[in-house]
Amino acid sequence: MVQNIIDVKNLSKSFDISSKEPGLKGTIKHFFRRQTKSLKVIKNISFEIKKGEIVGFLGANGAGKTTILKMLCGLIYPSEGSILVSGHLPFRRKENFLKNITLIMGQKQQLIWDLPPIESFYLNASIYDLDKFEAKKRIQKLSEMLEIDEELFIPVRKLSLGQRMKSELLAALIHEPNILFLDEPTLGLDINAQRKLRKFLQKYNRETNATICLTSHYMKDITSLCKRVICVHEGAISYDGKLDLLLKKLSPVKEILIVCRSEDDATKLENYGFTVKNKIKNEITIKIENNSITSSLKTILNNFDIEDLFINEPPIDEVIGKVLIKKDYDI
Amino acid sequence: MLEYRVEIALWAISGIIPFFMLNIWTNNNLNESINISDVMLSRYFLCAFFVRQFSVVWVVFSFEEDSLMGKVSPYLIQPLNPFFRYFAQHLAEQITRFPFALIIAFFFFIFNPESIWIPNLGILLLAIVSTFLSFLIQFLIQSIVACLCFWTEKASSIERLLFIPTLFLSGLLAPVVSFPEYVKSWLYLTPFPYLIDFPANLLSGNETNISGGLSMQILWIFLLFPLFKKIWSEGTKKYTAMGS
Repeated sequence: MVQNIIDVKNLSKSFDISSKEPGLKGTIKHFFRRQTKSLKVIKNISFEIKKGEIVGFLGANGAGKTTILKMLCGLIYPSEGSILVSGHLPFRRKENFLKNITLIMGQKQQLIWDLPPIESFYLNASIYDLDKFEAKKRIQKLSEMLEIDEELFIPVRKLSLGQRMKSELLAALIHEPNILFLDEPTLGLDINAQRKLRKFLQKYNRETNATICLTSHYMKDITSLCKRVICVHEGAISYDGKLDLLLKKLSPVKEILIVCRSEDDATKLENYGFTVKNKIKNEITIKIENNSITSSLKTILNNFDIEDLFINEPPIDEVIGKVLIKKDYDI
Repeated sequence: MLEYRVEIALWAISGIIPFFMLNIWTNNNLNESINISDVMLSRYFLCAFFVRQFSVVWVVFSFEEDSLMGKVSPYLIQPLNPFFRYFAQHLAEQITRFPFALIIAFFFFIFNPESIWIPNLGILLLAIVSTFLSFLIQFLIQSIVACLCFWTEKASSIERLLFIPTLFLSGLLAPVVSFPEYVKSWLYLTPFPYLIDFPANLLSGNETNISGGLSMQILWIFLLFPLFKKIWSEGTKKYTAMGS
């Protein structure tokens, strides 16, 4: 049985927020009688993550995904509840714990701006007590995996966003962490750079059995990396389970575009009893429930003269979008 | 790279306030009132310039900016206190300042040839130690103020409050010996005279209590370090990782 590497129980986090009315009057009032209120951004959540799992955290802006990641890596202190990551209380930031984790936040960089990335890599290697020989070996291995070479010797400020992001990843992984917290790692990258980064993360997970917790607004990141997702809605977990189960639940019906040989066939099909979305001449679009796709298609192919047929999956963004605005999904 | 060289030179030149003060003192014969010769006063302000060059601290501004921009977050999850980074940055900059400070000293001696002197090796070493201790005190004071970022977001405003007494009481504008007796009696209990006045007097060969000065510097470091650790530990619990 695979052990849990992350164990979260009844976790909550509140922030004190002060609000200010506009204008000079508001500023003066804010200066002398500041009004603050406690805002509970994470509400009593519990979940477990097993070693080697890649879990995607989904949620609208401000839902609390990043706050959860920040608490998991020990960056911020929880208000209530307990977190155990790799047997450690993260907020204590013990050396053994910190040497096992990494956090990458899209566009927030730890590389030294005016120096080539290689300098930051060796600096990080020293921070993590790696000797120069081991550091060189790891830099070589990771730079091959990330397909960066000459960029290592060019000042960071002169690198493109994609090159910088790869260098950030290398800097964050030089100590070979077991747990990766990735907060929108593909933010701002072009399609090819995103694809390469995803490929790299898959390979890293496969080769090191590292656990990856990921937030992203790019659904492709989630669908290609995560088998399991945790959906966060207004600080609470609205769904925790397999991604494909969620997708099936949210889109129980598929649309099938059927091109008939004649318009007559299309008319007959229209009246056969299927739910018809639309019909244009000899082309008809019908909706069929996922669990009766095979039998329905058999019926259509046996009874009608069909020229062509297309099964349309609903766009994943649209499906996931439904999760982001709903409080609870009981699968 | 030219921009960086110019920037470093400007840093060094920006610390020439002791030379302006020297000018004010000598033109008004103010040194006569405290029984210091022109030559010794020139040496004092040159040494004050050197001590300032190698003890100036700006960690509060760097930390505040990094904290507000969310850059502190990646540092916080590394097994090294982020202040070590700032400490290393300061040391690196001190090394780069050294040649420029020497050039300025060279020109100072051209215009004041009577001030040329060579301190003996023992005094020079003690002055280097004392300047480093002065740097440590200032670094710890500013780091404590920087940690207030966890509560106030604008800790540099508090640093401004400290800047005024530092400027007037450290010996940068006037040797502490020129202050009235009752001011001196309590001033020597604060860390301020040990930031510039003590190391500058030591290096320039003015009469000073070497063991007493060094002891006070060490004492202040022992007092400030645990305070910094406590504020750091409490502050990180308040950290909200804003900007990231």
